[in-house]
Amino acid sequence: MTTPLLEVRNLRVQFPTRRGLLTAVDDVSLTIAPGEVLGVVGESGAGKSLTGAAIIGLLEPPGRIASGEILLNGRRIDNLSAEEFRKIRGREIGAIFQDPLTSLNPLYTIGRQITETILTHLNVTPDEAKQRAIDLLNEVGIPAADKRIDHYPHQFSGGMRQRVVISLALAAQPKLIIADEPTTALDVSIQAQIITLLKKLCREHGTSVMLVTHDMGVIAETADRVAVMYAGRIAEIGPVAEVIHHPQHPYTVGLMGAIPNLGEEVERLTQIDGSMPRLNAIPTGCAFNPRCTRKGEVGARCTTERPSLMNAGKTQAACWLYSEGAATNTTNTPQSVAA
Amino acid sequence: MLAFIIRRLLQSVLVMLTVGFIAFSLFNFVGDPVSLMLPPEATQADRDEVRKSLGLDQPFYVQFGTFLGNAVQGNFGISLRLGRPVSQLLAERLPATLELAMTAAVFGLLVGIPMGVYTALKRDKWTSKVLLTGSLVGVSLPNFLIGIFLILIFAVWLGWLPSFGRGETTAIGFWTTGFLTTEGLKAIILPAITLGFYPITLIMRLVRAEMLEVLRTDYIKFARARGLTNNAVHFGHALKNTLVPVITITGLQLGAIIAFAIITETVFQWPGMGLLFIQAVQFADIPVMAAYLCLIGFIFVVVNLVVDLLYFAVDPRLRVERSGSGGH
Amino acid sequence: MNDTLKRIFDSDLWYSFKRHPLVIVAAILSLACILGAVFAPLLAPHNPFDLKTLNLLDAFTPPAWSASGKGQFLLGTDDQGRDVMSTIMYGSRVSLTVGICAVALSMVIGITLGLISGYVGGALDSFIMRVADVQLSFPAILIALLIDGVARVVIGKNGHDEVAIYVLIFAIAASGWVQYARTVRGSTLVERNKEYVQAARVIGRRPLAIMFSHVLPNVMGPVFVLATLHVGAAIITEATLSFLGVGVPPTQPSLGTLIRIGNDFLFSGEWWITVFPGIMLVILVLSINIIGDWLRDALNPKLR
Repeated sequence: MTTPLLEVRNLRVQFPTRRGLLTAVDDVSLTIAPGEVLGVVGESGAGKSLTGAAIIGLLEPPGRIASGEILLNGRRIDNLSAEEFRKIRGREIGAIFQDPLTSLNPLYTIGRQITETILTHLNVTPDEAKQRAIDLLNEVGIPAADKRIDHYPHQFSGGMRQRVVISLALAAQPKLIIADEPTTALDVSIQAQIITLLKKLCREHGTSVMLVTHDMGVIAETADRVAVMYAGRIAEIGPVAEVIHHPQHPYTVGLMGAIPNLGEEVERLTQIDGSMPRLNAIPTGCAFNPRCTRKGEVGARCTTERPSLMNAGKTQAACWLYSEGAATNTTNTPQSVAA
Repeated sequence: MLAFIIRRLLQSVLVMLTVGFIAFSLFNFVGDPVSLMLPPEATQADRDEVRKSLGLDQPFYVQFGTFLGNAVQGNFGISLRLGRPVSQLLAERLPATLELAMTAAVFGLLVGIPMGVYTALKRDKWTSKVLLTGSLVGVSLPNFLIGIFLILIFAVWLGWLPSFGRGETTAIGFWTTGFLTTEGLKAIILPAITLGFYPITLIMRLVRAEMLEVLRTDYIKFARARGLTNNAVHFGHALKNTLVPVITITGLQLGAIIAFAIITETVFQWPGMGLLFIQAVQFADIPVMAAYLCLIGFIFVVVNLVVDLLYFAVDPRLRVERSGSGGH
Repeated sequence: MNDTLKRIFDSDLWYSFKRHPLVIVAAILSLACILGAVFAPLLAPHNPFDLKTLNLLDAFTPPAWSASGKGQFLLGTDDQGRDVMSTIMYGSRVSLTVGICAVALSMVIGITLGLISGYVGGALDSFIMRVADVQLSFPAILIALLIDGVARVVIGKNGHDEVAIYVLIFAIAASGWVQYARTVRGSTLVERNKEYVQAARVIGRRPLAIMFSHVLPNVMGPVFVLATLHVGAAIITEATLSFLGVGVPPTQPSLGTLIRIGNDFLFSGEWWITVFPGIMLVILVLSINIIGDWLRDALNPKLR
């Protein structure tokens, strides 16, 4: 494989609080290849958005990167000065946030917001920037872009606004876009349009995407690979089809079992008993162990020693079931789904 | 937009009617205008005579109507203390109060906004913490005490600035101004600082709170994610959004400043409406009290209207018609 | 009891308190002011209202540390030979009484009106809230001045001095009820449609009384913060009115009255008569405000 566009090594994000240090992202490593779409799924609080925020250098204090490295094109960026990091944001890494209704400043026209982004990063004249802004709006499918450019955000519908947000993220031609729940706030009918648009644009521009969402449907539709996060850690990472159809980690297995599938007749959806631990009460060993149905197959190790990612089938899972010399049953048919 | 303005106008009229009613009640029920107008040895016949001539035998609503009619024409009767028409007294003293209030307001904005922005952007710096605690001192210092301390330091001990009056004024038509002479300018410094002190602290805390609120919003986070410079994010985006609500409060403060001028004017013997009013309260000079109340109410209403109109100029969400593809 | 103490010391509030040295200083100062005021008859070096002990020869004695000062009058004496330090202690008594009573009365008025407004709704609600709006656009001092001015006319000059302090308390209370009413009304609107209120109605209990006991815990925090800051503001309003000469009569001087008296001697060089009561007033109000400000932040979950 060629050099990854983005490489995150052992990232740890912590929040100092009066009750002690909370570790919200714990030893996360992942890579994104040029042009690749990496989905990151997990429940709220699993640390997926914080991972994204850490990558674009927008962790909100008191949150901070405690250890680990982030490399963009092989260059380390997590230790850059604020000003140097600013030049990367928008220019090399773009971002799309959850709520298009609140992502745009209500007091400025969308044209002004796009051109200011272009002028910040690219060496063009204001006229060129405006022309580029109109082109961008055309590209994201906003009709009569040359007129709409002078409109204010409140004059657009939610879906249209998210299109504007996408055009803003693409304005300075970044190589990577961090999309944090880009469709969650939208109507279901519009979600598909936005996802299709995002996919199309990124393919055309060769842009990589880190797609953070809790919606497996969106992941299945869009991503090449997917990382499943649980309690600040990656539980499983691998090609999207593998993770969906042959999940390895017991948590992923449970997660897939909980998704309704319109195509197939499943008698009933399964659910994972219990809930994700709070950050101040993460169990020792594997974070998932209190809820795990297959704990008995491994023994005490699950509650004492933390598993790192190991090869499991065609994916990688952080589970002792797959350590060498553990139970031979690595072929794994997810029995809990059938149950 | 027109509907909005009409609605605001109706509301203003309602507020003015309320204020007018209170003033009318003061005038007619508290003051007993008959005994105010007649010597104590007057007979009952005299009283009835006066009662009739004043229209006090009329039903209540007719009296209120007459009062309003007079009030609109600026006719509030005769001051009991000074024996001159109230409207004339107020008109003489209006320029002094307005000049003082405006200077204090400008002073408050010029100092308050930068301090608020600074303390919001550098919230962890010790200078911000000092300013913030200092602003509590500002809130805790009664207006008159600031005046006294300023007089003690700059007038009594240092002898730099005058401690009372307006200095030399120039008449331009009906308006007398103190801005055109050195003496007049010197005279306004201490009162304006005294009166501007509270607005400074208020505006500073307001700007800081609003700015911190705005800095937490998604569009600021998104502006940062687009790689805009700190200056563009802070002054291009955050400040403008901050100032929208600040306009309202500052506008409303202008009314409050005019009312607070009562205290400053007393401390500095500034010949404005406030001094007139406080003397009226001490001497139970009801016509002056009633008229002052109506005037202050009127100023509040006008300021409110202007603030609403300013909103249209600043916030496109109100300016542009709510049609189009708005909503979702 | 031990449990309660433990809970207090374990609470977030106590933790935050410990971490703000300025707030601790403010708490100690305001406690000292309050104790000094309450026990003034025991603690004050002189009784400024006992005419027998006054000696006009002592008048205008400067503070003890200046050349012509006298040891027995630490902060000097005023024009009638009264010890400034003692008048300040007695004066804070009046200021604190007026301030706290006014705020308490204001809370009673505000909470009652807010509860009624939120519960009854309809025309009464709009009426109360419109009045609140109109009143809110006028500064408290102006409303208090008007009420005081009216009272002066109604009661007459002579009777006024005797009841002045009550008029003052009422005037300040009446000018400050709006914020309590708004807070309580908002919470009442939320509670009104909850099931227990309906249930209370069904079993024939007075829903208003029941709501009161449910609404109150919800608004305790904000109301408490409002009240703390309001005490500071009420003391300032009282001082201002007294300074303007429409507050308490000179026979019962508050800090504001003392400053007013001293103000006459500012130009003749007897600065201490006005400056020390002024400093006392600032210390008192400032420490109350620092506590109120801290409380507001500490009880606001958004800022935590």
